[in-house]
Amino acid sequence: MSILPPNHWSARSHNILAEQSLLNRRALLGKGAALAGAGLGAATAGVSGAAAEPLKDEKWSLEFGSTIPAVQERSPFEKNVVRTLSNPNGEMRNSHARTQHQLLGGTLTPNSQFFTISHCGVPNIDPAKHKLVIHGKVRQPLEFTLDTLARYPMVTRTAFVECAGNSAPLFSNQPMQITCGAIHGLVSNAEWSGVRLSTLLEEAGVDPTAKWLVAEGADAQLLTRSVPIKKAMDDCLIVLYQNGERLMPGNGYPMRLLVPGYQGNMNVKHVRRIKVIDQPAYTFFETKNYSQILPGGKTWRFNFLMQVKSFITYPTLGHQLKEPGFYNISGVAYSGNGRISKVMVSADGGKSWGEAALQGSVNDKSFTRFNMPWRWDGQPAVITSRAWDESGASQPLRAEFISARGQTSEPVTNPLLFPSQHYNSLTSWGIDSKGEIKHVYA
Amino acid sequence: MSMRNLGRAATLAASLVAVAGLASAQSPNLGKKITEADIQQWDTAILPDGTGLPPGSGTFAQGAKVYAEKCQSCHAEGGKGGGAPGAGALIGGGPLNAINTPKTIKNYYAYATTVFDYIRRGMPYNSPRSLPDNEVYAVTAYILGLNKLIGEKDVMDAKTLPQVKMPNQDNFIMPYPDRI
Repeated sequence: MSILPPNHWSARSHNILAEQSLLNRRALLGKGAALAGAGLGAATAGVSGAAAEPLKDEKWSLEFGSTIPAVQERSPFEKNVVRTLSNPNGEMRNSHARTQHQLLGGTLTPNSQFFTISHCGVPNIDPAKHKLVIHGKVRQPLEFTLDTLARYPMVTRTAFVECAGNSAPLFSNQPMQITCGAIHGLVSNAEWSGVRLSTLLEEAGVDPTAKWLVAEGADAQLLTRSVPIKKAMDDCLIVLYQNGERLMPGNGYPMRLLVPGYQGNMNVKHVRRIKVIDQPAYTFFETKNYSQILPGGKTWRFNFLMQVKSFITYPTLGHQLKEPGFYNISGVAYSGNGRISKVMVSADGGKSWGEAALQGSVNDKSFTRFNMPWRWDGQPAVITSRAWDESGASQPLRAEFISARGQTSEPVTNPLLFPSQHYNSLTSWGIDSKGEIKHVYA
Repeated sequence: MSMRNLGRAATLAASLVAVAGLASAQSPNLGKKITEADIQQWDTAILPDGTGLPPGSGTFAQGAKVYAEKCQSCHAEGGKGGGAPGAGALIGGGPLNAINTPKTIKNYYAYATTVFDYIRRGMPYNSPRSLPDNEVYAVTAYILGLNKLIGEKDVMDAKTLPQVKMPNQDNFIMPYPDRI
């Protein structure tokens, strides 16, 4: 069996004649007033009785409010918006905190909600003592501190970081009844500010024979990954700021390597050493954890690229459609190849598709939010999304993906397991006539 | 625009280009110049060809002793694994006939240098970098010996370790050779 790299998936054409319930983006933009009017008419009809009750001031409008804290916290009514933990009691092993995308909106993951994986706990680093050295096949080995790097010209960009094992529950041969965040919680998106790695490498003077660098963190295991020099000189950063503030400890404080669009584990946190070398190091994490077994027994290594993917965040398992009518199907799309070019949404399990509206700016190797207005008629429906990127790559359909990458022979019951990695096919949600939502394969 | 203003605009544009050119040519250069000797203690990267392996050596018998003292409480007797959460088996491993086959040193690792490097940088898990290099060589020899990847009399050192033939070494595919 010949296995093609995932960027060679066939771009199967869709029947884009969406069924009428999907309110096509262009139709909505073109006849906005008419449709909005019609929608409002239908919506207000259902709630006109409630609106008849006279409005009155609530308690909070009649008293002096609370003191403004130095560091603000979310409303107590949002206490359930928390990452889910794989190791809540802090056993001495690896830990994962997953972003609950179904509870968030927009494209930037708040720092408090940004996913974290740690293989040996989060180090408590004194930034005044942290050092970054660049050495190996260079003209002049160099040592940088946070203070010296803070004096460099900085660039700011958005980028997603995705664990290779994100979405792994979708390798189960039966759909697991877990939330969007339990499936896709090991990807997050932030605005990063830092110094171009190419600037620092050029100052050290990279030997022309160098092909790789090995980046090492300051954690207890000195987590180490090999990164091609080609990528390092292209768009890697030494990041100091995450969404405008210093990096979170769980996301690499006080500095991390950002390798946009590549496996999360390559974005080495707490980076303290970069050694320029002529061959990859085959470290533990690139040998075992972040390497994949293919059907037939061959194995992938240095499978850097996080391929084009999208998933719906609303409505998904845990939400409920309380009545038929207008809903905005929304989700995120991203690709390690570059910008998202198109997202198609289906509300009939993939029989017909409509093109979703891309909201806000569409950035390189970053979350792009998509929206598809939909009128639910109260009948069973299956909603799913499929993204394309500017390289022409698209998300493979599930059958196509499973035939190339395999699935488990038995249903997986533990959502924390990683049967394989680099799942970038579709995620589908089935809605029954009561508006209950289940995870389904379509 | 008058000829005079055009001339000024051209001068301004030329000076901006010059400044931009200067800025890109003049990197901040704030890194402290150091030598490889300064980094020696941190420089633990080991390559599959043996580059970076330290002096020293160890055998299966020496490794069995170190293992019993410092590894067995988590990895269990004879490398069976499961003595502590997350401490996987160091021995065995079936054929890679399912995508979720547990990956082991024997059925998966491409190079024996990876075993040495990981033990040296991260083990014991609760006391990393407490093993002297001779003990790292010895424990590596013990684990490779348990897996029958080397003989019990073989000495592991900077010369012999890279020569250990790992069964899965030729089974890997690189999906993105053009990105290297």
